[in-house]
Amino acid sequence: MKVQAKHDVGSTKKTLTGADVLIHALVDAGVDTIFGYPGGAVLPIYDAIYRSEASFEHVLSRHEQGSIHAAEGYARVTGKPGVVIATSGPGATNLITGITDAMMDSLPIVIFTGQVASNVIGTDAFQEADVMGITTPITKYNYQVKELSELPKVVKEAFHIASTGRPGPVVVDIPKDVSAELSSAVHEATFELPGYQPNKTPNPLQIIKLADALSRAKRPLVLAGAGILFAEATEELKELAERYQLPVINTLLGLGGFPGSHELFLGMGGMHGTYAANMGMYECDLLINIGARFDDRLTGNLEHFAPKARIAHIDIDPAEIGKNVQTEIPVVADAKEALQALLLRSITFPDHQDWKVKLTRYKQDYPLWYERSDKEISPQWLLETVHRLTQGEAIVTTDVGQHQMWAAQYYSFEKPNRWVTSGGLGTMGFGFPAAIGAQLGEPNQLVVSIVGDGGFQMTAQELAVVKERKLPIKIIIVNNQALGMVRQWQESFYEERYSESLFMENPDFIKLAESYGIHGMSVDKETEVIDVLKKAFSFNGPVLVDCRVVQQECVYPMIAPGKGIHEMIGVSK
Amino acid sequence: MRRIIIATVQNRGGVLNRITGMLHKRQFNIESISVGSSETEGISKMTFVVDVKDHQKLEQLTKQLNKQIDVLKVSDITERAIVARELALIKVGGSGQLRAEIQGIITPFRASVIDVSKDSLTIQVTGRPDKVEALIALLRPYGIKELTKTGVTAFLRGQQPSQVAEINSFTI
Repeated sequence: MKVQAKHDVGSTKKTLTGADVLIHALVDAGVDTIFGYPGGAVLPIYDAIYRSEASFEHVLSRHEQGSIHAAEGYARVTGKPGVVIATSGPGATNLITGITDAMMDSLPIVIFTGQVASNVIGTDAFQEADVMGITTPITKYNYQVKELSELPKVVKEAFHIASTGRPGPVVVDIPKDVSAELSSAVHEATFELPGYQPNKTPNPLQIIKLADALSRAKRPLVLAGAGILFAEATEELKELAERYQLPVINTLLGLGGFPGSHELFLGMGGMHGTYAANMGMYECDLLINIGARFDDRLTGNLEHFAPKARIAHIDIDPAEIGKNVQTEIPVVADAKEALQALLLRSITFPDHQDWKVKLTRYKQDYPLWYERSDKEISPQWLLETVHRLTQGEAIVTTDVGQHQMWAAQYYSFEKPNRWVTSGGLGTMGFGFPAAIGAQLGEPNQLVVSIVGDGGFQMTAQELAVVKERKLPIKIIIVNNQALGMVRQWQESFYEERYSESLFMENPDFIKLAESYGIHGMSVDKETEVIDVLKKAFSFNGPVLVDCRVVQQECVYPMIAPGKGIHEMIGVSK
Repeated sequence: MRRIIIATVQNRGGVLNRITGMLHKRQFNIESISVGSSETEGISKMTFVVDVKDHQKLEQLTKQLNKQIDVLKVSDITERAIVARELALIKVGGSGQLRAEIQGIITPFRASVIDVSKDSLTIQVTGRPDKVEALIALLRPYGIKELTKTGVTAFLRGQQPSQVAEINSFTI
């Protein structure tokens, strides 16, 4: 609902509650959208929202997990912090998956949880949970507000911490008596974070070292992660790559940071990356990692990772440098500032013509491939078709698993901030609510939520929000009636013992959508896919498309667990 | 290798939990932690004795500590001139003849008897961990009934010589 003044409380009585102070602080922080769900301990906050004259949107989810994933989707596409409110106890614990997801993927989220009244904290009171204890390992920082007077300062710090440096989730736990307490004044918010000063500017000596390494490189390669997106450094990356003709690969989360159709782009690296990207990492003599964290799904077995390369790593978080991979040239900085500094250096054009030819050959000789089924719908073809019909311009959200990998492989992005996926935590049920947040953040963009039949059932209740807010999201269920990636691993590594990975029973997704008042379509013949998708994309409003795809399909190519990046299987037919 | 790390932290609720939780999550092996207030109000000092595999792990440890928002400063003081002390309370069984014998053992350690009962006595010893360990080893034959240690607390000496003679990682 659009929150507007219902009662003119301000004019007669000047007294504010703690919750009013919170709302003021949120408005000061520039919040325009809140994702939340009410409950006992946040009643004062919801009362203040009801009475508030500020014009921000409160989006009522149908499960707190829906709120936080929506906030993540919002944050991912807008770059602004996502804001969540949930009640104490179960409200807060229902957020845990989303908070962890935001922590792993460095998303700026500020979460306000209600807490039982201060005098009963620690007594196992009704709907009490130790939110501070539970969220400490999964937040960038967390606060419990003890005094109303410190609330404005806490809110200001929370937004600052969440959205600067390496972004991440911050929890603010507010006891009910604090939000209900009457106050006569809004306290001034002063800033005080002596232990938190992220370093954005690169050390010039390291930049000189990097420029020198690049000048001498015979086989250079740039690995671009999500740091490029957070720092808004796509132009600088393109400039560097084009000026020195450097081949570029992306991490899963970095997709969109470099144009997918660019001749210097080799694709995504890692477990289901391209052969060219992975062989590039294996054979390069200089690997410039910009804003990626050398996750195990990218590196494969570390023993075989970039064995011939000097490693340079640009990262805003010093703790990421040298964590997994020994780094010769560490650059602690914002990716944009580091790239700008590097572009100002004089660099000899590297002598790497042979290398470029070699990589181009890899790219041409070993492209992504699949066997197109003649009767059923091949999921890879489905994703390629979605890409074609949306001209590659859509915001795409996914869960985790096969459909996610196919989307990453076949929906290539030209522009940043259009790819919303759960990378680090790999959360089923993420993609659909994330699409809600993405659509609210970018109301004029086409948002396509690519989900599996398993993941969609984890957060399908959020269909009510789509209907309520009239969000024209296109939900495409890549329905193989299985937990596809689990099934694939059981096929490959557990001698086809499909333990609990095949769904014997699925809902009628069309009827499910229709019960929420959402248009549903289904398709199980390849010949009809284009027609159905065209209808869905031109439909004025939300649509759910149940696409029945081949169940036995596997994601290739692949680095098997424990193997090196040069040991890909399923590289060609 | 054993290292002594000191961290200056803001004395906020949950700071110890956040730091020990991080150390546990990241699989660092902590031998002791001691925490207490410092010369500045609102600022606490933590002293960690850790056992790390190599320099890469050590670097990770200091970086991860530094990353914590409440942490103001982290120093690995193992290779500096430092004063490092811990306190131990040791309760040993003993009456009559044995008491005099125990008294004789603890005197060179400048330890003191701080409680006596009919059949036991409690000894307080302060010093470098190797000294404390040595006394404990000597008292063990008399039957240690109870033992508690504070963990090491440490800081830099007022003057840092150009060459550090102490080899702290062995004495800790």
